[in-house]
Amino acid sequence: MFAVLLEQTADGQRYIDWLVSGLGWTLALAFFGWWIAFAVGVIVGIGRTVQNRAVAALARLYVEIFRNIPVLVQMFLWYFVLPEILPVALGNAIKQIPPPWGSFFPALVCLGLYTAARIAEQVRAGIEALPKGQVEAASALGLSGYLTYRHVIVPQALRLIIPSLTSEVMGIYKNTSVALTIGLMELTAQARQISEATFQTFTAFGAATLVYLALALIAYQGMALIDRAVRIPGTGRGEDAVKPATPRATEQIGDLPDAMEVVK
Amino acid sequence: MNSLDFSIVLQAWPYLWSGLLFSLALTAVAFVVGLVLGTCLALVQHFEVPVLGKLVRGYVALMRSIPLILVLFWFFFLVPIVLGHLSGNGRPVPIGATWTAFITFGLFEAAYYSEIIRVGLRAVNKGQFEACQALALSTFDTYRSVILPQVLRVASPIILSQTIILFQDTSLVYVLSLTDLLGAASKLAQLNGRLVEMYLVIAVVYLAISSAASQCVASLRKRYAIAGR
Repeated sequence: MFAVLLEQTADGQRYIDWLVSGLGWTLALAFFGWWIAFAVGVIVGIGRTVQNRAVAALARLYVEIFRNIPVLVQMFLWYFVLPEILPVALGNAIKQIPPPWGSFFPALVCLGLYTAARIAEQVRAGIEALPKGQVEAASALGLSGYLTYRHVIVPQALRLIIPSLTSEVMGIYKNTSVALTIGLMELTAQARQISEATFQTFTAFGAATLVYLALALIAYQGMALIDRAVRIPGTGRGEDAVKPATPRATEQIGDLPDAMEVVK
Repeated sequence: MNSLDFSIVLQAWPYLWSGLLFSLALTAVAFVVGLVLGTCLALVQHFEVPVLGKLVRGYVALMRSIPLILVLFWFFFLVPIVLGHLSGNGRPVPIGATWTAFITFGLFEAAYYSEIIRVGLRAVNKGQFEACQALALSTFDTYRSVILPQVLRVASPIILSQTIILFQDTSLVYVLSLTDLLGAASKLAQLNGRLVEMYLVIAVVYLAISSAASQCVASLRKRYAIAGR
């Protein structure tokens, strides 16, 4: 059934090479986008929990904006609108970035910042799930606000939210497909191109589906591995020592904050 | 930067409005179909129906693992073929992008809702089942009158949050060249070249609708939380 993938294309490659190149773009977007999302998400998530009202309001504004505009619309804003509203010289410079990169960078920024808003909500949920005693103990030890976050709150919160971050990892690699709308030839776009070139739609989409399934499995297993490695002892599923309402308790429906919204 | 001219958007408003109505209709249909079908899928898994339970499990996992755009492409290609087989003469029945979108979103969302409800079913206190048994309720009555109402109530904030995401995801029908809110804006932008104004305005529309809906969900959650949970 997949034999057609080994046939020659018009440009002298094989169809499978198209798929592999698509997979490369998908992985690059997901991987680098993830680190942008993680860095920004942690900072914004912390911002939502600090005492300073202005910072908390800004962080909240960020989350509201980036979570409530569809990712496809955000993609268009970065790709079509941003170069137009920047000063002309800068806008033109952006428009002249050569093809794959001209789509790749807007897609990267878009997915990174969009996913960051979702991660920020998880981080906030994680921080809020920590017992109050942690902060009180830190201040009893004379730790400053920064040191409390750096050494007490954030490390614990991040370890708590790893299970729910899994769905964000799955989310970002699935959302990479939205980049095809701005012309990036990632996996789904390549599958469609193969289907149009060969009329073997079933094979083309089937191959892409299998690759996505494999990626999902890897992401899921990888996150489970990380979770086991860094889990705070005594907070395994169903035996939460911290407090029943941690975001870890993905099995208990009453506890799912909107952070648990499933991503597509 | 050219000066922005939002009067163009006012002129285009009727067209954008019809696009928005399509987005909302798609959301509503996908919500109803997805929730009903999703509840069925969840129950099939919950009762561990032989064979069917495994199939449903696989279906849900598959839908949750691949991008919605790819699912749209799949259904655009598969639904006519399946309909052709069902109708008996084996010829693909072209159904057009609009029907594809409604069918795809209904079936796709069912997978997500079923996962929410399945988790909800597992969270129901065992005593509830035992009490139903003590009252000699049939399995059907147990689920219809006791279990499902509780599950839906507890899960309703997540179901509604999921529906807001669904509303945002309807913008992906752009890849089928349909005229939803985004599709309308993009078609107009290509005609009049004012894409900055068009995309900014619809971004604000999506933002307003989604965040208003999120606020409603948040206040509903506070009001209708089951006491003691």
